[in-house]
Amino acid sequence: MIKVKINGQEQSWDGDPDLPLLWFLRDEAGLTGTKFGCGQALCGACTVIVDKEAVRSCITSINDVAGREVTTIEGLHPDGDHPVQKAWRQVNVPQCGFCQAGQIMQAAALLMENPKPSHDQIREAMAGNICRCGCYQRIENAVHLASTGV
Amino acid sequence: MNFIDKPGKLRGFEKNIKVEKVSRRSILKGLGVTGGFVLAAPVMTRQAFAYETGAGKMPHGVVVDPRVFVAVAPDGTVTILAHRSEMGTGVRTSLPLIVAEEMEADWSKVRVQQAHGDEVKFGNQDTDGSRSTRHYLIPMRQIGASARTMLEQAAAKRWNVPATEVKAVNHEVVHSASGRKLGFGELAADAAKESVPSIEGLKLKDPKDFRYLGKGQVSIVDLHDITTGKARYGADVRLPGMKYAVIARPPVTGGKLTSFDPDAALKVSGVEKVMKVQGWPWPSKFQPLGGVAVIARNTGAAIKGRDALKLVWDDGANGRYNSVAYRKDLEEASRKPGLVVRREGDADAALKTADKVVTGEYYLPHLAHVSMEPPVAVADVKGDKAEIWAPVQSPGGTREDVAKTLGIPEANVTVNVTLLGGGFGRKSKCDFALEAALLSKELGAPVKVQWTREDDLHHDFLHTVSVERIEAGLDKDGKVIAWRHRSVAPTIASTFAAGANHAAAFELGMGLVDMPFEIANISCENPEAAAFTRIGWFRSVSNIPRAFAVQSMVGEIANATGRDQKETLLALIGSPRIVKPNVKDLWNYGEPYDSYPIDTARLRKVVELVAEKGEWGRQVPKGHGLGIAVHRSFVSYIATIVEVAVDDKGKLSVPRVDTAIDCGTYVNPERIASQIEGAAIMGLSLAKYGAVTFKDGKVQQKNFDDFQVVRMDEAPLVTNVHIVPPAPDTPPSGVGEPGVPPFAPALMNAIFAATGKRIRALPIGKQLEA
Ligand code: FES
Ligand code: FES
Repeated sequence: MIKVKINGQEQSWDGDPDLPLLWFLRDEAGLTGTKFGCGQALCGACTVIVDKEAVRSCITSINDVAGREVTTIEGLHPDGDHPVQKAWRQVNVPQCGFCQAGQIMQAAALLMENPKPSHDQIREAMAGNICRCGCYQRIENAVHLASTGV
Repeated sequence: MNFIDKPGKLRGFEKNIKVEKVSRRSILKGLGVTGGFVLAAPVMTRQAFAYETGAGKMPHGVVVDPRVFVAVAPDGTVTILAHRSEMGTGVRTSLPLIVAEEMEADWSKVRVQQAHGDEVKFGNQDTDGSRSTRHYLIPMRQIGASARTMLEQAAAKRWNVPATEVKAVNHEVVHSASGRKLGFGELAADAAKESVPSIEGLKLKDPKDFRYLGKGQVSIVDLHDITTGKARYGADVRLPGMKYAVIARPPVTGGKLTSFDPDAALKVSGVEKVMKVQGWPWPSKFQPLGGVAVIARNTGAAIKGRDALKLVWDDGANGRYNSVAYRKDLEEASRKPGLVVRREGDADAALKTADKVVTGEYYLPHLAHVSMEPPVAVADVKGDKAEIWAPVQSPGGTREDVAKTLGIPEANVTVNVTLLGGGFGRKSKCDFALEAALLSKELGAPVKVQWTREDDLHHDFLHTVSVERIEAGLDKDGKVIAWRHRSVAPTIASTFAAGANHAAAFELGMGLVDMPFEIANISCENPEAAAFTRIGWFRSVSNIPRAFAVQSMVGEIANATGRDQKETLLALIGSPRIVKPNVKDLWNYGEPYDSYPIDTARLRKVVELVAEKGEWGRQVPKGHGLGIAVHRSFVSYIATIVEVAVDDKGKLSVPRVDTAIDCGTYVNPERIASQIEGAAIMGLSLAKYGAVTFKDGKVQQKNFDDFQVVRMDEAPLVTNVHIVPPAPDTPPSGVGEPGVPPFAPALMNAIFAATGKRIRALPIGKQLEA
């Protein structure tokens, strides 16, 4: 039995230990905020925070996070008012919105590690997260805004 | 021009391949049930409004009925239906916003509800062709004005005063003479009893009183949900007892399953079943390709099970499709005369006597949509009833196709439209929903069919592959006197009928025969091209290769004559006028030409605006270059300036992009900006990387590592969007698609300015590294 804490709640799994965390979250735990975009760590849509680090849940097995703490978009802030989320709304970042949970989790992890990233650092840190709609300019501005106070 | 015997029931762009039209009578008959009323084409009378659109000619036309679209609750909450699909353009916000504006509703008290697929009830729902605002600005205003009038009438009756003395203002009806006020909620029950006013008698608001329209201060309705993970896309639908499926499909279009061995798959933990999926021969519009489905308790198990399947396929005739050889075929075809689709003067003769001929042959490979959300659908089929949840651009078409595929009446099919995680034309084709319906029927349980990214790339309805060859004849003063453009590409019509090998009218009308330059001798030709895979419309469609070719050629002419790009472009556009191409049945994006002519004054204006705002001619550092391009598509006018920087290793970056757009009367400039910013990214993606290639009939790319798209570290540093303020009564025109076509040629012209290298084959790939 694998035990993992997701958004502060203890969850357990006794199926395939190799099951990607992404599918555990979405299909077994019903946390559909985390998205599937590529399954190969190429797009960042599935990004969650494990302990304090952004990880791609599509290539992370449920076994890899046993005993660790996973935060998904649903658990980032109880009212959805994390500075990154607020900045996202202020800048009107999303178009279709599908990549945005991953983008937001990546940005939140970046700011934990580097509270005042430069524009170049933002562009580099966010380069693993594809937005096919092309919201990059606004994502960059929103991360900057979140880092300087919304 | 094309060889379609039985076009069947076609939708959207396909409509232009077909003959059949929905009769007004059948619409009215259908509507008798709901008691609404329908506007047949034209949508509005010319006396009442300044322009007509093609909205009434779409399948099922337009429905203008406040009782269908608006509900007012006793607490004052106004619910407005969004009947078009949201894929990132903001339409789910902007159309209801138009209703709210006109009915004087307070936007903070408005809830938006997504309509299911029912075109008899709601009118056409095909969310494609950059049509929503252009077709629905007036109908949505009429719906809002009707609702407002009904509320005003109810208040006037309550107070026993003439209706002319009362006025709806911000969610209340006011009688200013007596100072009395009643909230919309208090009037809701009475207003519902009022008769719906006639459209002819409606009074629309004076645009100077607009609170929301044209202002851009309203955020999209889904903003909070998107940023908190609550927004519901196709894959986020979960039903009790739902199974998870992935499907192994024939690797070659039109291929068939020979045999399969499910044993290893069935041993995978979580896998419950392996079953065949019905397939249709190629081409058959959007019908599923068939294959083998793995059913499991979660998607991860289904994918792992599919990896374990042993499959043997018969590739069929398309197994001979090879992109390298096919490109040569296209090039050869472009060097010989083809079907003439526009002729003015005598281009062949003029090219012979020209002082100089500039020739360019431009190649653009297949492109995949790769919307961030891969295709996915949930179906629950019970007996002769089906319910679907899916991110589809055409809910009405999906409903028809599900009914046909399952052999049940359309009335028994409910299509719930989720948010779309991007569409770009891919999700106008509902094959994934049909697969889910077939599987659910056979399983007797709700099922979700999830496409992986590999599935998406391997079984897309790809953007076509093309060679555009242009020869421009110049006289001794450098004036262009002859223009011969041959466009060769497999047609979208080939997805609907075997053997279609010439462009359909709507493809010809996207940048080939509608070419706006003032040249005495013009010949546009369309040599044959056969299709070997499923071709579909991709954001901007044929405009991408055509603008790439035409606007690159402008740069080549500027170079050949030693003149400035922008001056060359303006000289080619010529005098301000309405262009009247000598084309039989010119396709004008489905719009009447009177309302939406090719107006070179507007074309010139966006060039001049972008040149001014984008500081054309500014000094740029060494290794940088500026390029410009303009293109009219989806009846909008767009010009783009790209500044490129190419370092000594040939690495390219884009410091700045400026785009000017004239899309007529607009609703939400903030969303126009986001569409244009996004179009620059999509344009840069296709220019740098875009290529789906075939070997032995199989797509060679698998995922975002070999079908790359632009990431943030290579995105333009800044994209500025300049919107032309509309003259009064200018009809609204497209926004979602037109931003893409001018980007690549502006970039190619910029690269030439920076490096002296002219790139004629996309993607750029390593061409600058040499
Ligand atoms: S789905 Fe995990 S990175 Fe794309
Ligand atoms: S907003 Fe659509 S993919 Fe990013």
